[in-house]
Amino acid sequence: MSVSADAGRHRIETLLATNEDQIFRRWLEIAGASSSGHVDRGNLNGQLRELYNALVRSFGDSGRPGESSELRGLLAELSRNRARQGFTPTETATVVFGLKEAVYESTGDDGSSEALQGFLWFSRLVDDLGLFTMETYSATREKIILDQAEQLLELSTPVVKLWEGIVAVPLVGTLDSARTQVVMEKLLQTLVDTGSEHAVIDITGVPAVDTQVAQHLLKTVVAARLMGAECVISGIRPQIAHTIVTLGIEFGDIVTKATLADALAHALRESGVEIVRNRGSRVALRTVEE
Amino acid sequence: MDRVPVLKLGDILIVSIQIDLQDQSVLALQEDLANKVVETGARGVIIDITAVEIVDSFIGRMLATIAAISRMLDAETVVVGMRPAVAITLVELGLSLGGVRTALNLEKGVALLNHIDGSEIATATR
Repeated sequence: MSVSADAGRHRIETLLATNEDQIFRRWLEIAGASSSGHVDRGNLNGQLRELYNALVRSFGDSGRPGESSELRGLLAELSRNRARQGFTPTETATVVFGLKEAVYESTGDDGSSEALQGFLWFSRLVDDLGLFTMETYSATREKIILDQAEQLLELSTPVVKLWEGIVAVPLVGTLDSARTQVVMEKLLQTLVDTGSEHAVIDITGVPAVDTQVAQHLLKTVVAARLMGAECVISGIRPQIAHTIVTLGIEFGDIVTKATLADALAHALRESGVEIVRNRGSRVALRTVEE
Repeated sequence: MDRVPVLKLGDILIVSIQIDLQDQSVLALQEDLANKVVETGARGVIIDITAVEIVDSFIGRMLATIAAISRMLDAETVVVGMRPAVAITLVELGLSLGGVRTALNLEKGVALLNHIDGSEIATATR
């Protein structure tokens, strides 16, 4: 059995070496058809040529041909690129599996058991390579998603200065524990850095408030109070006000305002800034000495 | 044992905590502070915890106790310079330090105490 398997393997190796042009052209055709419109022909040609050569070279190695580090490296690069460029998993896998078909067509009508053994062996090899490609593909996708989640976290939590001593955090999107933690830390750090005594948390962009979100908000407000700053929560839409009351969430003595403008006016008043309308249409400001 | 110094500025007492607090030093601090409040007739106590990086329930309770003692002696307590990480930890521990006033830094703490009583300490001492 093993003798015949070895012979079969040898047959495939010879086939790949002698019929190189024919097999390669067919492979390129299959791979090109599956991912039409995505990649230019020259690029694919170069990639496949490298892969083909690496595969042939790997037969000469002592270890299992499918485990050649050169081959795996090339495959990993190919699938990583394809994952980034938005190819579907099928398009990526077909590139590898296309080789199987190309080789099968070249074996012709040879129905001997040797040929069968050889093809089975080769088929298993290509399957292994295909699986490896898919693994790299999904790992790359996974990494992209992780990176984006991280970027989202950074992007979505700016702390802006509204006035001397007044900062605001406009929250956009759903609040969960991880995000609240980031928001809390960033807000508190800004309070220290700028020496602001007033903070406004604007939840206009938060689609829904449940008990958990309210809990997170309350924690942030209490933490700011511990540091000596007052927090106002603004941007509470009518439906959200309704939900909060229905859920029975107690905001205690925390100041809540309907709009960011109301909250700013409140914070300005608290910090002793008075806004008066000038005789003209311009608005003038006067700071009240304490 | 390390002792935490109690400084007098006008009629405000300032305690700056810059060491790792042990049970012994906390007890000593409470005693020193109570004595000093009575001695000087201070009407405000500022506890500066800018240098405190790690807190536990013990420190939280200590701050509340000092505030309670000072209040008994008619002095308002302000905790200043709490770090964000410390504030978050205290909230997670469920300690909201009710009855303790807070300010961002020493300057704002002094301003707060002046504001409460309506008299200017800093200028009165000159």
